[in-house]
Amino acid sequence: MTRERLTRLGYALAPVLLTLVLACAILLLAGANPLQALGALFLGAFESGRKVADIAAAMVPLLLCAAGMLITFAAGLWNIGVEGQMIAGALMTTWVVRSIDVPAALLLPLTILAGMLGGALWGLLIGALRTYGRVNEIFAGLGLNYLGAALTNYLIFGPWKPPDGATMSGTEPFPKAAWMPTIGSTRASWLGILLAIVGIVVVYFLLRDSYWGLKLKAIGLNDRSAHRLGIDTRGNMLLAFAACGLLAGLAGSLRATAVYHRLIPSISGGIGYLSQLVVLLSGLRAQIVPLVVFFFSAVQVASPRLELRMSLDSSIGGVLQSAMVLFFLLVRGFRGRMQTAQEVVE
Amino acid sequence: MNIQLTDIVKSFGMLRANDGISLSVAAGTIHGLLGENGAGKTTLMKVLSGYQPCDSGTIRVDDREVSFDSPEEAIAAGIGMLHQDPMDVPALSVLDNFALGHDRRLVLSRHRSQSDLARLCRRFGFELDPDALVGSLTVGERQQLEMVRLLALGVRTIILDEPTTGISAPQKVLLFETLRGLAAEGLSLIFVSHKLDDVEQLCSRATVLRDGRVAGEVLAPFDTDELVSLMFGQCLSEVGRSDIAPGEPMLEVADVSVRTHRLEITNINLAVRAGEVVGLAGLEGSGQGILMQTCAGLLRAHKGRIRLGGQDMSRSSYHQYLQAGVAHVPAARLEEGMVGGLTIREHVALAHQPTGLMVRWSEAEGNARERIDTYRVVGRPETPVASLSGGNQQRLLLALLPEHLKLLILEHPTRGLDIESTRWVWNRLHARRRHGTGLLYTSTDLDELVAHSDRIVVFSGGRMSAPVPAEDITCEELGYLIGGKGYDA
Repeated sequence: MTRERLTRLGYALAPVLLTLVLACAILLLAGANPLQALGALFLGAFESGRKVADIAAAMVPLLLCAAGMLITFAAGLWNIGVEGQMIAGALMTTWVVRSIDVPAALLLPLTILAGMLGGALWGLLIGALRTYGRVNEIFAGLGLNYLGAALTNYLIFGPWKPPDGATMSGTEPFPKAAWMPTIGSTRASWLGILLAIVGIVVVYFLLRDSYWGLKLKAIGLNDRSAHRLGIDTRGNMLLAFAACGLLAGLAGSLRATAVYHRLIPSISGGIGYLSQLVVLLSGLRAQIVPLVVFFFSAVQVASPRLELRMSLDSSIGGVLQSAMVLFFLLVRGFRGRMQTAQEVVE
Repeated sequence: MNIQLTDIVKSFGMLRANDGISLSVAAGTIHGLLGENGAGKTTLMKVLSGYQPCDSGTIRVDDREVSFDSPEEAIAAGIGMLHQDPMDVPALSVLDNFALGHDRRLVLSRHRSQSDLARLCRRFGFELDPDALVGSLTVGERQQLEMVRLLALGVRTIILDEPTTGISAPQKVLLFETLRGLAAEGLSLIFVSHKLDDVEQLCSRATVLRDGRVAGEVLAPFDTDELVSLMFGQCLSEVGRSDIAPGEPMLEVADVSVRTHRLEITNINLAVRAGEVVGLAGLEGSGQGILMQTCAGLLRAHKGRIRLGGQDMSRSSYHQYLQAGVAHVPAARLEEGMVGGLTIREHVALAHQPTGLMVRWSEAEGNARERIDTYRVVGRPETPVASLSGGNQQRLLLALLPEHLKLLILEHPTRGLDIESTRWVWNRLHARRRHGTGLLYTSTDLDELVAHSDRIVVFSGGRMSAPVPAEDITCEELGYLIGGKGYDA
């Protein structure tokens, strides 16, 4: 192996090692055996078929949101509003289930379309605030996330409350016709998995080989030049927000129809934020995203077990995920600095 | 305060911006510093005011050797600079800007700042509203604010970088009065300018820089001819002009006025015919860039009409201009012309009016290879354009232009290129003329303007001269016009 490849490998492994060191330190401080705990965390998710199905179920919304986020990142946009887009998808879906009377066979496809439409419109709203209202997309997205959460609570405790009184557990369960079919008695839905795979594959090719992807890349790298080159920067940014919203809305819709079978107050469950970490950790590469999503989901499924078996708080999984992203960015920044330093010397 | 600069050298990469410049300014005088763009004026003044260190050379203030690591240190030593673009904080009020750096205690005393500001304004006849936001002031008012701020900091030497650009006539009168008053009080003033009139009116002594060196030092009363020849050097002999007969008007600009935050151009009339080359001369920021951006649809004229090939474009968008057959090649290649992170192949794919959903990469690859060959770009299809040299970036920009254009607008098409590349670029451009494209371009190289243009217009401070046939004009006449002389009232 050449020296260059060794260096590259070193840079790739450094964040993982640093995260493990940090994790061991935290576990030791908490009085646990680090090896046992980490073993439980990484292997615990695979002890039964049911757990594996849990991982698959957790992967679906995360993969969809990350796919959407890849699009807006390509255009150089910090789309913090994915949570809100998920919520909008779930709200539209719930509305369809409650209000639209269609044959049972058409209900599920309709919920899917409604979810995508809701998310896309929410994304467009953020995009319009950004391009026409000159509101930074970070603030627009974040503000609308809170609005979405408040709107959900209002609906659950107001117009959509169950007949026997409103609770934090959400609306009445959906009729069975609006439940996504699952694999056996597990939580994984084959349709959800299929949609998520299609989503990430389409985004991969869209960004790699389509004119639209190329335009978004140009806008993301230098929107002034992109405009000069004749690219409609505003329109394409709006479209990027809408496309991301579409995927996130689908994720939100699936959370309602496949996992909870109702609308609950925190239907987005922080997945929108988590998808941001996924995309950052994958270095904005679509082909890496499924791996990262898999890792994150496995940790997420195994974390609660830690609490049961070793009486450690389950938030350790989240700490690990976030720490790894931070270390990844830190190592990348350090690498960039080293390279510039080298160029200056040369 | 006496200032003495000796043998100042400052390089940026290969470029020697200051190549052994010596200059002395006596207390109580206004010293002019003249020169073209890139002559080294601003670099020298940034060295003196602590914005950048020099590579070698010494600075003496009242016979004491000093060196500054920051503008703050220079101000503490009594030297302050008034920048061409005021370096204030637009979102803050006049009073807050005034107090910045002025009141050094932890808690600002607004009351004291306010009375200081009022006193200084009264003294110079400035009318600054302490509560107005700086962003809402005119350039002239911001300059006044910056000047009283420096004076309140106890500065005894003020460097003014092109202070008369973008300010109104009454503001200029007031500025000159103020400067004379300050000089009478014993302050030293360095007046950096390219405007001959201003220097002649105001300065008692002027140093002319050219190509990073002192071209000469002149005492008042000044001889304009001497200043012009010191600034621009001697012209080379004329080059044989091409014999292409101009055709139909491609671009017609009628009574166009455009306003930007820095400068306004008014009532511009100009036509460019098919196959004709019109050169725009003038120091940078004199209005020629605004006119070119307007003709490309990048800026909107608030008055007047623009026609392309007979079609009215006054209300059209940039995209419509592109479709009508106009291209604008900017001087800032990587900031405005191309996307540094994209490859040559990706640029070629984008430049081909995309049809269909997916990029046909093999086709783009072939196209890219062909253009790389034809335009002799040193690079491969997968090379990111940011890693190309300046000359190759320019070649690629020309390679990416659509084949048939009505009007081609170029900012400094050969800036930074070597002689061979320059000649090659002009061959390409003249080839386009033969296909009926009209050319409109700027250059700061007078020889280039005279050699390649059919007609030349000169800009100075937003005014445009009447078009002159290039064969009838001499570099000297150009120099006068660039220096702001010889315009109709």
